[in-house]
Parts: sequence; structure tokens; C-alpha cells
Amino acid sequence: MNVAVAKTGNGRAVSDLFASAEGRLPGSSAVGAVRREAFETYERLGLPHRRIEEWKYTDLRALVGEVLPLAAAPDAAALKRAAEAVKAHAIAGARKLVLVDGVFVADLSDVKTLASEVSVKTVREVLANEANHAAGDLLQTAAIDAVISLNAAMATDGVVVSVADGTHLSAPIQVIHVATAAGASAFTRSHLRIGKGVRATIVESFVAAGKASGYQVNDAVVLWIGDDADVAHIRLMDDAPDAVNVTSQFVTVGANTKLNFFNMTTGAAVSRLQGFITLAGEGSELSANGVNLLQKTEHGDTTLVVDHAVPNCVSRETFRAVIDDRAHSVFQGRIIVRPDAQKTDGKMMTRALLLSDEAEADNKPELEIFADDVSCGHGATAGALDDSLLFYLKARGLPEKQAQALLIQAFVGEAIEQIADDNLREHVIGIAERWLERRS
Amino acid sequence: MALLEVKDLKVRVEEREILHGLTLTVNEGEVHAIMGPNGSGKSTLSHVIAGKPGYEVTDGQILFKGEDLLEMDPDERAAKGVFLAFQYPVEIPGVATMTFLRTALNAQRKARGEGEYSTPDFLKKVREVSKSLNIPQDMLKRGVNVGFSGGEKKRNEVLQMALFEPSLCILDEMDSGLDIDALRIAADGVNALRSPKRAMVVITHYQRLLNYIVPDFVHVMSRGRVVKSGAKDLALELEASGYAQFEDA
Repeated sequence: MNVAVAKTGNGRAVSDLFASAEGRLPGSSAVGAVRREAFETYERLGLPHRRIEEWKYTDLRALVGEVLPLAAAPDAAALKRAAEAVKAHAIAGARKLVLVDGVFVADLSDVKTLASEVSVKTVREVLANEANHAAGDLLQTAAIDAVISLNAAMATDGVVVSVADGTHLSAPIQVIHVATAAGASAFTRSHLRIGKGVRATIVESFVAAGKASGYQVNDAVVLWIGDDADVAHIRLMDDAPDAVNVTSQFVTVGANTKLNFFNMTTGAAVSRLQGFITLAGEGSELSANGVNLLQKTEHGDTTLVVDHAVPNCVSRETFRAVIDDRAHSVFQGRIIVRPDAQKTDGKMMTRALLLSDEAEADNKPELEIFADDVSCGHGATAGALDDSLLFYLKARGLPEKQAQALLIQAFVGEAIEQIADDNLREHVIGIAERWLERRS
Repeated sequence: MALLEVKDLKVRVEEREILHGLTLTVNEGEVHAIMGPNGSGKSTLSHVIAGKPGYEVTDGQILFKGEDLLEMDPDERAAKGVFLAFQYPVEIPGVATMTFLRTALNAQRKARGEGEYSTPDFLKKVREVSKSLNIPQDMLKRGVNVGFSGGEKKRNEVLQMALFEPSLCILDEMDSGLDIDALRIAADGVNALRSPKRAMVVITHYQRLLNYIVPDFVHVMSRGRVVKSGAKDLALELEASGYAQFEDA
């Protein structure tokens, strides 16, 4: 029913997007076929819009309009700017994997240090390997929508990381996506395979170098975690204020594993993180926390689908939004409990702090429960800063903005405090503080 | 020298006039007690001096060290040396007491054009004062007033008074919710801060508090005005005769 819509207007431009990029997209002929098929799916669907239920609050046709042409591979000047951005955004002690405008850059990455603990390849080399008949699988995911299909069609690079069973990583791995271009798109797709009994912290950072502006990021991450693992997965999206970032994550969790996921959105004019997390092994615990810090006219959407496919798993989602000016925060949380998934314990809680009368928070919790012996729930609150607390702080000498900042930090602090690694937590607090300083 | 001059102050809250022309002068070094029945406007006076929103001053003025206090935001008043010890100090989850104390102290110093306190000096000072007030160190790591007892909250107010060194302290119903032992600790803390340069306004319903913080002057408020002023003996008189005699004034 959307076919007619997709074919009109920007439909023509959409075809040009793929045709003009095709020569630069890595892959064997088999991979090319997968890409073309994915692109046809995207062409048929067009950008998601409000009449598609999952995108009701984030109408990309209205908010973004068109997909920008593929960013050129970074030249020497771009790499120089990227190097500075990496320096500014690197977490102390972490090992870096850097993607610049959708291209992996070994010179900016800690490939050698990482090699002793994990295996790292690039998506480009796997896709281009003619001998690997399964290479096309790298572009396949369980869930499909228009932006995921577009990512499969257009992905230029990404990292394929494999952590062997029993490895305890001695330092976090930080994947840094740097944008240096203006008015162009980067499509990346990464695969992370975390073996049995692994302890690991994986951070993904999205940053802009220098004056990079008006760019678009479409990222996809496939994260597979084995049994008995303990993993922290942190995503920090701090793109340029006029950028677009749409990220899709596909996470599968084994048995008796702990996964701590944390997302913080502090950048981009329009962003959506859609996470599809499947608890596929019994006895696992998922803690998913998110913070949206939005100002001006920013639109930030966090959509999480947690699928309890097996019995005896616990999931906790805590989401906080701080919304200023005319910004718009969206949280959609769906908990699915499959018929066999008895003794599931799944809860989600969202809290929105509205700093202006024109700020907007939309919240859509959904429980789809097919088992009969479960404990599931959700809750939501929205409100302004407490006047009595503000007055107390002002009566002690704190100017209005500083009093607000202290209370905002307290509001998001609870989520940030759950990050165990000291350097990483300080890094995240630093990003939140810079967001507070940007408030007008 | 006159530190605080309240002149013919009229204040409304949502169309209802609470203070009907209140006049009060407090000089450096003096301790004034303001007594009166519930609803006489005692707390309104303290809130208006501190700058709490929601009050409309329709007439009169408040001068602090000769400057128009009503033109200043609450944080400016604090930096100038006005301190209100709250009747019900708020709980602020997620803001550690130490962070709060340091942020507030440095904000005040910055507003006055003074340099920030160094960390060792700050810590030394907090430790000294908290020890004398019987405030355990682990309390300072918790959120501001979170899980504090009534007595601990009031001691935390006195701790701030000692740290910020204001020239005018307004104690709003400091005795409410405190047992005798808690009251004594808090009052000892306040007495230690009495100095020839610092004035205090002690607002209370009961004479009891004034056994511990002995005032130089006592004012009786009723229906939004000061109806009687005198020396400390006036408090004892009130204890014997009650407020009823002023109710029709």
C-alpha cells in the first residue's frame, strides 16, 4: 500500500543513490545480489513514516526527507581531522577501532594491541572475499525494515570482532565512528561475536570531526553473546547537532549471561536507536539503560524490543529523558514473552524531565505476553524540575542554570552510575556535562 | 550598623495579603526572635527575605547592608550574606552532600569575586565543622538530606551556616520536629556562630528554643504585623500569657 508513495517524488533519487554508489560497495557477485535485493526492499518501502506503527513518532519522511549520497572515502585532510576527533573522544585505557565516514582506518586503530586478545577483521575484507560463500550472510538480519534494508544495500565497512571463549578482556574496546564530511551518508555494519564465559566491555562512540555537519549515519550492529558471559555494551551518540543517526542493533544473549546495555543520546538533529534483543538462553539477566539529552529542536527516539524466547530470564529497562526547548524524545519499549518463557521477570521504567513548556516526550510501552507464569510491568513519569529543590539550591548561592544542571545531573546520574568502569563512567559524565554547557 | 531594614512591607500570596506593613530593623551582632501564633506571617517574612517565588511584594522595601534586597535573585542574596535555615530542608537524591556544599560555597565566592576554595582547605573546614556538630563523615557522602532524621537535617543547615559564613542568618522554626537533645546540638552550633558582625533572626512559635538561643530582642507578630517588641523577657511573658492577647490587636 506504500508502493505508490515510495515511487513518487524521491523514488527516482533513491534509485540513483544505489546506482551511483554500487561500484564502491565491497562484495563478491553473491554479495551484490544480496545488496540489490535489500535495495529493492528499501525502494519498495521508502523511508519509514508515521503511518507505519513502529515509526509513528519518528516520521523520517517528514524529519529527514531524503537519503544523502554516499560519503567519499576520507582523503588525507579528512583523516587528519578524524585523528584529532579520535584523540578528543578516546576513552582512557580503551582499545580503539576507528571508522571514518564509513571506512575502517587501521592507522587510527589499536589493531596490534587488540590482536593479542581478539580477532578483528573488517566487513570490507569479509564481503570482498570471493572464496567466502557465506559472506552475504553478513548483510542479513532477523528483523527487517526500510532503514535496515538500506543499510544492507549500502554498507561500506564495519568491524568483525570475535572474542574467543573464556577471554577476559583487559581493557574496553571502543569502536569510534567519526564523520568528517558534510552533506553525505555513511553506512556501516559491524559484527561482534562474544564467546562463552567472556568478560568484555564494548563501547560505540559516534562523533563529528571539525566542522562536519548535515551528514547522515546509518549503522547496524549484530552482537552475539555466548553462555556464562558478562558483557557491558555502551553506545554514546554525540553526533553533530544537525546530523541524522539511525542505528539498528540485533543482540542475541546466551544462557546464564549478564548483559548491561547503556545508550546515551546527546547529539544529532534526528536520531533513532532501535534495539532488538533476544534472550535466547535460560538464566540470563539483561539490564538496558538509556539517557536522551535533547535540546533545541532535536528529535531522539529509543526503541527497544526485548524478546524473552526462553524461561527464567530477567530484563530491566530504565530510560531517562531530559528534554529542553522544543525537543522531542520518544521511548518505545516492547517486551515479548514467548509461550515457553515461563518465570520471565521483565520490567521497564521511563522517566522524562521536561525543561520547557514546548518539550515533548512520547512513551509507548508494550507487553506481548504469551506465557502464564510471568512477572512483567512498566511505569512512566514525566515532569518538570522540582521548584522547591531549585529554590533550596538558589538560596544556597547557585545561579538558576547551575542549580538546574545539578538537578539534571542527579536525574541522569542514577543511570550513569551503573557503568562499572571508572574511566568510562567519567567519560560519559563528561559528555553529559558538555551537553549541559550547550544549553542556552 | 543596620544590617537588615524591613520597611512597611506588604506581601500577598495569590490575592490574599499576608503581611500588612511590617517594619523591622536588625543591626550587626544582634539576635532577634520573632514569635507569634500559626498564620501570623512569620515564615512568609523569612521566605520573602530569602527570595522564594510565589510572594508578591505590593509595598514597602527590604534593605540589606543598604542595598535593595528585593531586586536580587535568591542566589545573589545568598552571595551577599543572607542565609535561610529552612524549617523543612528538602531532600535532593543524587546530589552528594559534599558536592552540594562545595558547589554552593564556590558559587557564592565566585559571585563575590573571590577565588575558589582549594580542596584541602575545603575538606579541612567541612571536617572541623561537621565534627563539632556531631555529623558523621559518611552522612556527607549521601544525597543531600536523603534519609536524614529531623535532627540531622537541621544540623546540616547549621553546617552550611558555618561553612558559608553569612552575615544574616534566618532560622525558620528550627525547633520543629526536634527532641531536646537534637535541639541542644543544633542550638550549640548556632551559638558558636554568634559574632559581633553577624546577626540572627530566630523565628519560632515556642519559647523553648529561646532557652538555648538567647535573643537580644523579641518581636511578637500577629496578623501580618509586629504588634509588640521588647527585650528577651518578653518571651517569658508570652509563655505565661499566650498569644491570645494579641489576636484581636
